Parts: sequence; structure tokens; C-alpha cells
Amino acid sequence: MIYLAAEHFVRAPQWTWYILGYFFFAGLTGGSYAVATLLRLVGDARDEAAARVGFYASFVTLLVCPVLLTTDLGASWWKFWHMLVDVTPGDTGLNFKYWSPMSVGVWALLVFGFFAAVSALESFVLDRRDRGTVGDPGKPIGGILGLAFNVIGGVLALFIASYTGVLLSVSNQPIWSDTWMLGGLFLASGLSGSAALIALLTRYRPGAAFSLGRLHEADGYFSILEVLLLVLFFITIIAAGTAGPTVAFLPLWVLALVGIGASLVAARGHMRIRGLPAGGSAVIARAGTDTLVVSLLVLLGVLALRAAVIFSAQ
Amino acid sequence: MATAIKPGESYGFFTDTSICIGCKACEVACKEWNQLEGNSPKFLADSYDNTGQLDDQNWRHVKFIDDVPVQTVDAGNGKAWLMMSDVCKHCKHASCMEVCPTGAIIRTEFDTVFIQQDVCNGCRNCIAACPYSVIALNPATGTAHKCTLCYDRLQGGLQPACAKACPTQSIQFGPLAELQQAADVRLAALHSQGVTQAQLYGRDDKVYGGLNAFFLLMDKPETYGLPNADNAQLPSRNDLGGYIGAIVTAVLGVIAGVVAFRRRGTS
Repeated sequence: MIYLAAEHFVRAPQWTWYILGYFFFAGLTGGSYAVATLLRLVGDARDEAAARVGFYASFVTLLVCPVLLTTDLGASWWKFWHMLVDVTPGDTGLNFKYWSPMSVGVWALLVFGFFAAVSALESFVLDRRDRGTVGDPGKPIGGILGLAFNVIGGVLALFIASYTGVLLSVSNQPIWSDTWMLGGLFLASGLSGSAALIALLTRYRPGAAFSLGRLHEADGYFSILEVLLLVLFFITIIAAGTAGPTVAFLPLWVLALVGIGASLVAARGHMRIRGLPAGGSAVIARAGTDTLVVSLLVLLGVLALRAAVIFSAQ
Repeated sequence: MATAIKPGESYGFFTDTSICIGCKACEVACKEWNQLEGNSPKFLADSYDNTGQLDDQNWRHVKFIDDVPVQTVDAGNGKAWLMMSDVCKHCKHASCMEVCPTGAIIRTEFDTVFIQQDVCNGCRNCIAACPYSVIALNPATGTAHKCTLCYDRLQGGLQPACAKACPTQSIQFGPLAELQQAADVRLAALHSQGVTQAQLYGRDDKVYGGLNAFFLLMDKPETYGLPNADNAQLPSRNDLGGYIGAIVTAVLGVIAGVVAFRRRGTS
């Protein structure tokens, strides 16, 4: 997209900590569901344990989202439902504006909530069924229909992880409205953070350790995507002449890059392990410790990226 | 401008900045009628204007633009400060209305843009969208506030308080078509007097489809903190591009996941 030099006279909306928190958890809930679905659909039977971890992570991180969104409304918190229902006298009805990402997003969050809850419940039921059994986890419930359910949930999940960036762009704020990259950037970052989160949580579920290397590898690919989008993001805002305020938040951008760097280093390490002959167990054991550090750095980077984008424009 | 106010007709303001004297009577009248307490007094130290900006307590704001370059001039040809009584523009294509997810922002029977306080839930999406920095959140009510174009007064057949109080008729209220005619006459008169820098802003549809509150300016719009026609764009311009960016990333992300998770039989 080639821009004219943009000139903005708009006031900042004061979207700060609650919204930052929401954007962070929206990235993780959507990303975790998408990663879990991919693990279940294209992974080995032994990836099922990690997939269930992903569905649990998606549901738990989802629960935080409405709390943050409602709290952000301040004195009008009790009117959150007005996002869904237009209460204008004489013109009441459901609210849905396809051209307003905030309107679409609130509906998507509601529908995705159903999918995330059902998938987490399914994982819980499967875990109870598998308790005490030896070998690979049992197959998901519902056969092809169950998988179709995951695919639909996965599409919604990708939307949830990305629409927050589009929402920022569909404004008249400097930086946010001067680029089309934010939706993709937040999605790539959310997927990366989610892969890191699931990798982190596999520590508490030994059966899921099989997927650790794959998760780090995926995280690495997502991070490459994130780097590309970050470059495009800066190119577009520099072209628009609004990149100046980002400098003040350099530490946040650096943190985001550290997270990306950690992803790439871990991915490279695990891809090397995959190529090791039998006997590489010492290296693999060390990988568990690395995962803790790497995942925390990646998650910090995901948070820092969103903070940098949100605060730079305000 | 005495006028019978009828629902179904378009009304607005024509603010002629060439005759604004910066008295701020409009600000006072607005606060009095709308019972706005105002912000705590502050000394902004950048002009004689200490109101600063339009916000939830200031629905009219007389801007003092005093960065006119110093230059040698003949007697009678000096440059004056620019003064402008700023207000919500009640855009035909309103950015705030476009993004509002609750339906709180409506167009009234007088063709003005109005925020229903009982519907608004304070999401602040309109604040991020308004290109004129007009709307602000009132923390006490948790809702977005701006000029109502004295909706209650119009319903009672009264003209808005600011226009009524303006001593120089810099702020004129009336049916939009009449105001546009008056503006054309005034612009022609100024141009005939050699005041070639005078221009109308929002009179035609180049800026947000036309503004119900439009202006006669004595300099380019940017000088007054108004986006020019090139920069006056609706937020929805980024819908398609933003979603395409997200969809492309989603496809690449899924491919990346497939490559990483594909069945290989080993970890």
C-alpha cells in the first residue's frame, strides 16, 4: 500500500492496560486453539496430548477476555451487552456492523467462546477416559464431525487472534491507521506466543513432551512470519511519515525482538535435536530447561509488541 | 438567523472565522445551556486560549492560532491571529458513527450527529475514529460526549446556544442549504476584496461527504488542525486491506503449522 503523507489531528482513545491485556489474551486464546487444532489434524497420534493442552490453554485464556473488556468500560461496565443489542428506543434489535471490527469481534468472541468451551470440555472428558490407560491418548470424540467442529473453531480462533490488529487499523489514529499489517502481525505473534505457551505447559504433562520439538519448530516458523510483517509494518508507517513516535518505545520493540529471537534460537535447536541419532537424550533433557526460558521470553515479547503498537500511537 | 426549525430538514452551523473575535461567548453559552462544569482552570502558556481543546466538557472551543510568521507589512496589511470557534462537524459520512458498535451514535431528525447517552457504553472506538478530536470520554458517566448541536433546543424550536450568543455572527445556524448560500456570498465578497486566502471547508462533499458544521477559513485547513481533503478518510478504508493482511498471514500460519506438525513418526 502506497500512502500519501498522513496528517492526523485525532485524539488518543486512551486504550491502555485493560485493552493491552485483552489483546494479549485474545492472541493466546485464538492462537492456542488454532495450534491445538493443527496438532490434532495434521500431527501424529502422540500429538493429541499437546493438542488437549492447547484446548485447555485456549479456554482458560479466553475466560480473562470478557473480564478485561468489561472492566475497561469503567462506569459503563454494565452496558457491555449494548455491543450485542441496540437499545435505541424505537430501533431495538441485534447489533452487527460487518464494517466495524469491534462489532464483528464481539460476536466472534461470543461464538468462539462456545467452541473453546466445548473443545476444553471434550479434552477433559477424553483425559478422564484415558486415565490409567497406557499408550497413546484416545481419539477425539465425534470422528469427522468432531474434526469439522475443530476446523470451524480454528477459523474463528484465527479471526480472534488477528482482528484486534484490524480494529486498530480501522480508525483514524496515527500509526494504527497508516498500515494494513497489524492484523497479520498480531496473528503471527499470537500463534508464536501460543506455541510457546503450549510448549511451556507440556512440562506439566509428560505425555505431551513428544510434541515439544514440533511446537518450537512451529514457533520458529511463526516468528519468521512475524519478522516479515514487522518489517512491512515499519516500511508502511515510515512511508506514511508517522513512524517517529515508535522511537520513544524502543525498549518495548527490543523486548518484542528478543522474544522473536528466542523463538528462532529454540526452533533451530530443536530441529537439530530431531536430526540427532539415538543417544541425544542429554541434549533433549536440557531442552526442557530451555523451554521455560524461551517460552517466557516469547510471551513477554508478545505482550511487548502489543504494548509498543498501542502506546506508540497514543 | 431567525428560522422555523422543522424535523426532516438538514440544519447546521456556518462558522465564519474571518469575523471571529475570540470572545469565547460561544464556549460560555454552550456550557451554560448544556450544564457542563468545565475542566479545572489551567494556564496552557501557549496563547490567550486556556481551554485547549474540545473534549467532554468543552463542546465549543475557540482556537487561537498565533503562530503567524512575523513579516514586514504595510500599514493596514498586517496579519491577524487566526481565531476559530471549533465544534463537532456533524459530518455527512461520520467516522464516529461508522465505527460505533452499540448504535449509540445516530443521525437525528435534524440531520445532526448525536450520541445517545443511555446507549453509549464508553468503548471509545468513536474517539479513535473522529478525525477532528471532537469526542472525549466523561469518566463520571463512562460515556462519550460531544456537541449535540443543542438537540434539545432544536426540538423546542430554539437555535443552538452558541449561535445565539455569538456577538459577531461568526457562528450562524440555519437550514444547511441557506447556510451554504450565505457562505458562497461571503466567500465571493472576500475574494473580491482581495482576500484570496479565504476558503470554505466542508461546504462541498470533498470532506466526509460534506459537513453540517462547515467553516470559512483564512488559511489552509491544516493550520487550524483540520485534515485536508486528501487526509479526510473514513476508518473503513482499512477494513479490506487489514483483513486481507490477516487472511494471508492466517494461510501462511496454517501452512507453517502443517509443516511443523506433519506426521513424521519421530519427535
